[in-house]
Amino acid sequence: MRRRHLLGAGLAIAVAGMAGNAMAQSEIKEIKIGEINSYSLLPAFTEPYRKGWQLAVEEVNAAGGINGKKLVVISKDDGGKPADAQTAANELVSSENVAMLAGTFLSNIGLAVSDFANQKKVFFLAAEPLTDAITWSKGNRYTFRLRPSNYMQAAMLVEEAAKLPAKRWATIAPNYEYGQSAVAVFKKLMSEKRPDIQWVDEQWPPQGKIDAGPVVQAVAAANPEAILNVTFGADLVKLVREGNTRGLFKGRSVVSFLTGEPEYLDPLKDETPEGWIVTGYPWYDIKTPDHDKFLKAYQAKYNDYPRLGSIVGYQTIKAAAAILAKANSTDPEKLIAATEGLSMPSPFGEITFRKIDHQSTLGAYVGKTALKDGKGVMVNSVYRKGADYLPSDGEVEKLRPKQ
Amino acid sequence: MAFYFVQFLTGLASAASLFLVASGLSIIFGVTRIVNFAHGAFYMLGAYVAFTLTERFSGALGFWGGIVVAALIVAIIGVLVEMVLLRRIYHAPELFQLLATFGLTLMVQDIVVMIWGPDDLLGRRAPGFKGAVDFFGQNIPSYDLFLIALCPIVLGILWLLFQRTRWGVLVRAATQDRDMVAALGVNQKWLFTSVFALGVFLAALGGALQIPRDAVHHALDLRIIVEVFVVVVIGGLGSIIGAFVAAVLVSELNAFGILIFPKISIILVFLVMAVVLIVRPWGLFGKPEAAARRTPGLTVTPWRPLTSGERLMSLGALVLAAMLPLFAGNYALTVGSEIAIFVIFAASLHFLMSVGGLASFGHAAYFGLGAYGVAFLAKAAGLPMIVSLLLGPVLGLLGAAVFGFFAVQLSGVYFAMLTLAFAQIVWSIAFQWVEVTGGDNGILGVWPERWAASPANFYWLSLGITALVITVLRVMVFSPFGFALRATRDSPLRSEAIGINGKRVQWTAFVISGTVAGIGGALFAYLKGSVFPDSVGISLSVDALVMVLLGGVETVSGAVIGAIVFKAANIWLVSQTDLSKLVLGGFIVLMVVAFPKGIVGTLETIRNRRRSAGTKSALATSRIEVAE
Repeated sequence: MRRRHLLGAGLAIAVAGMAGNAMAQSEIKEIKIGEINSYSLLPAFTEPYRKGWQLAVEEVNAAGGINGKKLVVISKDDGGKPADAQTAANELVSSENVAMLAGTFLSNIGLAVSDFANQKKVFFLAAEPLTDAITWSKGNRYTFRLRPSNYMQAAMLVEEAAKLPAKRWATIAPNYEYGQSAVAVFKKLMSEKRPDIQWVDEQWPPQGKIDAGPVVQAVAAANPEAILNVTFGADLVKLVREGNTRGLFKGRSVVSFLTGEPEYLDPLKDETPEGWIVTGYPWYDIKTPDHDKFLKAYQAKYNDYPRLGSIVGYQTIKAAAAILAKANSTDPEKLIAATEGLSMPSPFGEITFRKIDHQSTLGAYVGKTALKDGKGVMVNSVYRKGADYLPSDGEVEKLRPKQ
Repeated sequence: MAFYFVQFLTGLASAASLFLVASGLSIIFGVTRIVNFAHGAFYMLGAYVAFTLTERFSGALGFWGGIVVAALIVAIIGVLVEMVLLRRIYHAPELFQLLATFGLTLMVQDIVVMIWGPDDLLGRRAPGFKGAVDFFGQNIPSYDLFLIALCPIVLGILWLLFQRTRWGVLVRAATQDRDMVAALGVNQKWLFTSVFALGVFLAALGGALQIPRDAVHHALDLRIIVEVFVVVVIGGLGSIIGAFVAAVLVSELNAFGILIFPKISIILVFLVMAVVLIVRPWGLFGKPEAAARRTPGLTVTPWRPLTSGERLMSLGALVLAAMLPLFAGNYALTVGSEIAIFVIFAASLHFLMSVGGLASFGHAAYFGLGAYGVAFLAKAAGLPMIVSLLLGPVLGLLGAAVFGFFAVQLSGVYFAMLTLAFAQIVWSIAFQWVEVTGGDNGILGVWPERWAASPANFYWLSLGITALVITVLRVMVFSPFGFALRATRDSPLRSEAIGINGKRVQWTAFVISGTVAGIGGALFAYLKGSVFPDSVGISLSVDALVMVLLGGVETVSGAVIGAIVFKAANIWLVSQTDLSKLVLGGFIVLMVVAFPKGIVGTLETIRNRRRSAGTKSALATSRIEVAE
């Protein structure tokens, strides 16, 4: 009896071992990326984003995958909660054995996942979170970020805003970290360039809950010559509608973060205010071969035009593929070494992941809003390279904690 | 001067939108005592349906007709919901209906995205009210003036309806004393249905009327629901005039408050509510609730400690749970730890709700305080993990001691709303005090020390603490203190007569419950390695309520099962499907219908019935249940 047991056990182990081998072999044929984003909370941004990365996965695999291995993206929803994002990250790393984590939209979720990556020693490519902290004050060696940060977008806007004659400025920003740091950086850079400027009013409506009438009225009462707006999404719609009706924007310059992105500009339809200086993505106006190729492929696959989210999703996976191909390994240390200083093409032109702070040099388009056929568009847009709007290396070194 | 007048009018316009929705909620609550969490969902549906109709039919008739028809369509949906779902659970324990309407809200959020797409939609402007009126150089949107005029009209119609019709008399009677109205032979079914229809109609109308000034999107419901509830409570439950005054008060304070403190909006309504409830425990125009005529003994089957057999079974279950690391991977273990932590959290609320009879809507405050306590001690003071874990919950204890003192002066929904207000105040401190709490970017790097870092060890640690906490709470239920607490819950007058200091007993229970929640929060901080204001947020408080209700509020330890089922289903669904809210909401609604006393409560009832089947006492029991 006992011998038979032993025999059985031995057989079982052998079978298990073979199965394990077989599994290991099939695993080698594919490389997994774990992707996390706020799909259920922010579908307006994350749906185009998802389409973007799905297109990228298709292209990468059609071109032979990563050094012959198939690229697979496993995507999870975080519901807009940092704690749930960590649960998802844990599942991706522990159960799915992904080579790297990527994605996230909200700054606090980006930071939570980046802290998780640092603790568990996993490579993390943050796609969208804008907070400066993720590469600077709370930066770590495992985290890289694709999108131009708050600081970079502020610097791009300040360049234009400083040319305005306006001296009395008011700000309207959502009351959370993104709004607060956008206003702080803008004010700092602006006051450096234009010491003659006065800040006459600031409004901090809660994110997603703006009571636009009183806010517009309060800003108008301070009688500024120019306004900085950081609200977006549904808040922006309410602000613009109230502002238009009450004549807040008449005779005033407005500088606005992100408003040129189709996600936020398109819902404004024929109520789009004209002449705002904005950062955004005028997909209809970009005439470069890199972008044409992306645009054609995107429109052919989805029969829809891309949003900025599509670019971010697309480039996140393209970047991940380039990193994995160069490292030719899934070891996080090798991935970091491969990413630092890595340059690659993107629909916006060549970008580089900086060694010093792990920020990519992806830029943004700066232009003015206008109305065309009852729709909001960006005109006179110019691409601003991210590399030109970052502080000097000396300053960055001071900002980043010593590892 | 002109500016202040215009700002006043602007505040009134905001009040008008708030009032329409709040009046509906107030009517529904007054009569049916349902905490209708889905009210925001109906508001949002009203906006979406009105958007579609006004896009389809142009012109003035198309627009105004579209708005009214949209409200009617949504009201019909409301009637269906009432008849199919809510009618089944009117006899369920207090607040159980909240669970059903919460499930519905989750479903609607996914459904509107499926039907109308993810983009923000811009509705038409109202024909004839597109521009602004010049007032001494200040512009007032004419649509605002329309809303300001509409508000008293609606108020007047409602007043006539309630004062001058027989239906109104019945509604007012039911608001004051439901049992008596039933005893007099009024058909409650149709009274409830009609009241629900009217309330939903007003909510949908409020939503539809927003489309000329707002964007229509899938988060409209959450934006409005809490605020509306606060307005209803400030005004006094069931009082339409109260809702009107409260809406004006809150909106005007906001309109003028932002001139001095631009960041006030985020917390203003809750501050007002806390002050009003402390000064006037029943809201501005509310009346003290009539003493409830409870069936003798809240639970038909009295609570009893576990038999030795059941103790062995529980121990067996614990041993089984402790063996999980032998065969499960790291991910399963981390999920296991998270579930264990939520068992602690749910049990702490359950203790307050079922033993103390005090339903807290803001229990996350103490959970979050525990988590922040750990984060401060570990990060700022650099204390070792054991010390932080022991001392972190003290912050929850302190918070519970301060807030509990004020909260236990109230009862019922007013108690619940005051706890919500306190939780929101804690949340806004965590959110705003960036220098100390890191604001919404939170505190990072609160990882466990090496001995507890491995998922298996952390799981055992969480499981051990959970077992200890549950045991202690159960011992307390059957201790003299527990009996005093239950006596206060069941009959405040009688317990006072035998010398029990009810308020002090309840306060002690509040502090115990807050401390236990703090223990859960402390563990949670180490599990996630970071703390964010989310862990003080409303959605976490709601999660805790859902877990308790799902388990069964009339049981001794139902929350344990409720927490395991809800958390496991939640994590699994979010990971498996893109429509997690739809499926989770549907799951909750099904559970509500299948287990009208919560999972454990219903199972216990079935078991008791079986045990005493055929005997007279069983007949008596079921009769008492029917009588309820």
